[in-house]
Amino acid sequence: MSGAGNREAVFPTRMTLGVMKGKLKGAQQGHSLLKRKSEALTKRFRDITQRIDDAKRKMGRVMQTAAFSLAEVQYATGDNISYQVSESVQKARFQVKAKQENVSGVYLPTFESHINEDINDFKLTGLGRGGQQVQRAKLVYTKAVETLVELASLQTAFIILDEVIKVTNRRVNAIEHVIIPRTENTISYINSELDELDREEFYRLKKVQEKKQENAAAAEIEEKLKKASDLEKEKASQKKHDLLPATTEENVLLEQNAAEDLDKKVKGDDDLLKDDEEDVIF
Amino acid sequence: MEGLYFNIDYGYLDGIVRGYKSGLLGGNQYVNLTQCDNLEDLKLQLSSTDYGNFLASHSGPLSTSIIQDNLSKKLYQQFQYLKSQSSGKLAKYLDYISYGYMIDNVSLMITGTLHDRDCSEILKKCHPLGWFDTLPTLSIATDIESLYNTVLIDTPLAPFFKNCLTADDLDDLNIEIIRNKLYKNYLESFVEFVSTEFGQPDLEIMERLLNFEADKRVINISLNSLNNPDLTSEDKLSLFPNYGKLYPNFHQSLSDAEDVEQLKSIVESVGEYQDLFSDVQDSNSGSSKNLEDWFYLLEMNYCKNAFTQQFTLSAIWAWLRSKEQEIRNVTWIAECIAQNQKNRIDNYISVY
Repeated sequence: MSGAGNREAVFPTRMTLGVMKGKLKGAQQGHSLLKRKSEALTKRFRDITQRIDDAKRKMGRVMQTAAFSLAEVQYATGDNISYQVSESVQKARFQVKAKQENVSGVYLPTFESHINEDINDFKLTGLGRGGQQVQRAKLVYTKAVETLVELASLQTAFIILDEVIKVTNRRVNAIEHVIIPRTENTISYINSELDELDREEFYRLKKVQEKKQENAAAAEIEEKLKKASDLEKEKASQKKHDLLPATTEENVLLEQNAAEDLDKKVKGDDDLLKDDEEDVIF
Repeated sequence: MEGLYFNIDYGYLDGIVRGYKSGLLGGNQYVNLTQCDNLEDLKLQLSSTDYGNFLASHSGPLSTSIIQDNLSKKLYQQFQYLKSQSSGKLAKYLDYISYGYMIDNVSLMITGTLHDRDCSEILKKCHPLGWFDTLPTLSIATDIESLYNTVLIDTPLAPFFKNCLTADDLDDLNIEIIRNKLYKNYLESFVEFVSTEFGQPDLEIMERLLNFEADKRVINISLNSLNNPDLTSEDKLSLFPNYGKLYPNFHQSLSDAEDVEQLKSIVESVGEYQDLFSDVQDSNSGSSKNLEDWFYLLEMNYCKNAFTQQFTLSAIWAWLRSKEQEIRNVTWIAECIAQNQKNRIDNYISVY
């Protein structure tokens, strides 16, 4: 495994291991949630694409009839009819309301057209001639504008959804291909590092044990020698008084060092045992 | 005896008008036009007619409005020429003809003034045949009262305003009602002019044409205001010209009519207008004629008949109307070609 390459820069400790495992779990959960969201959005997106297609085709037809009805008006009434109409309009008959719709956490604006039937500002236009054509053109164009509003709302939703889907997919991919592998790598790195430490520790303990045994054996021999020498000394004390004190001091120092070492080893051993227990729990 | 001295004053113009008349597009030429695939073809077809190279000065892509503008320009030139050559009662007669367009222009200017529009912008939209020198001054008036007192009084239309409107009326009355009232007064005074100045056969033809014009307005107004609660039957009655075949027997009942069926039964009791509301399927084109088409067709037939009489001034009116219809026809055909609606292309009205 690329333990050194793609992983987070952390110290391989048991605590970071715990943090990393939590992180991995979170990432996996987030991944599945985002994946579901992206699927829901994509479903909606396809639906909208289909509807845009329909609406555009419909718009083509409606606009054609609308343009043609305008030609009819022009045929029936003459030139200035558009000016008269635009001058006589005072209030908006056709109103567009914007609403928001929530699709898996995305707010899509939808436009609703609303016709106020009471307002009909140019019903007298073309009174002398062509009034019917004007009214008919009005109806056709109302329909055309309705189609346009519908299309506008679909198009906006389309653009927003497209953006959101892209973002979500990017996130899904990022989690799937970057964050999760990296966390996994980090975890395995920490694990391997900890194993390494374990092995080192074990080896050290063995070494210490060995040393201790050696020391113990040496001490025993020394003891024996000492006893023998004591006996000899006792025997020879009477003969030689100046040789003994130096050697005993040396032995006392050696013994003290060995004891301290042992103490340390025992403490380390305890720690190791505890760590192992934790490991099992996790 | 009339004919004996007619040519002294009006022979030249009569000749010219009849010349113009023979330049009107005939059935064959219309068929050729409808065969065109695009507007360039249409232009080519039109260049072999009386219109000649009417689009020669135009470069760039063609559109129906450009074609319409150029066709109309030709008509305006011809009419202006007639006007400049006219004298005596003919001049008066031509004035009367242009009053109709002036009414449109004036109501356009009033609309613009009411809404504080730029006057140069509106002047461009005015109908050239209804142009008169004081027209631009209409926009100088800032409020309605001064418009009425200082400006409208000086226009040729003042007599029409005088009878129907006071300064208070201009304010809240819908501009469309003003226009129709003006038109009513105009038609009535036109009829009066014709009946005092013209002798037979002019009188007969002009009366027929004006009768038709009046009836057309009456029927249109009552039809278009059917579903309009703002307009009472008295209001409607005041917009109907006191003239025409429907006057006086049917005006009251027309203004009271409440639905199309009622209207239909009233109008159909006049022989000439029996076909107006029938949605007969046209045998060759398959499209049904609507009311407007029937009106145009009827008018064109009247105009065509007007040319059968010799030594008449009414030929000018008939020619003008035919020419306008021709422009509408060509525009319609161009529109159909441009919008690719070939199934409706045969809706034009051709009588010559």
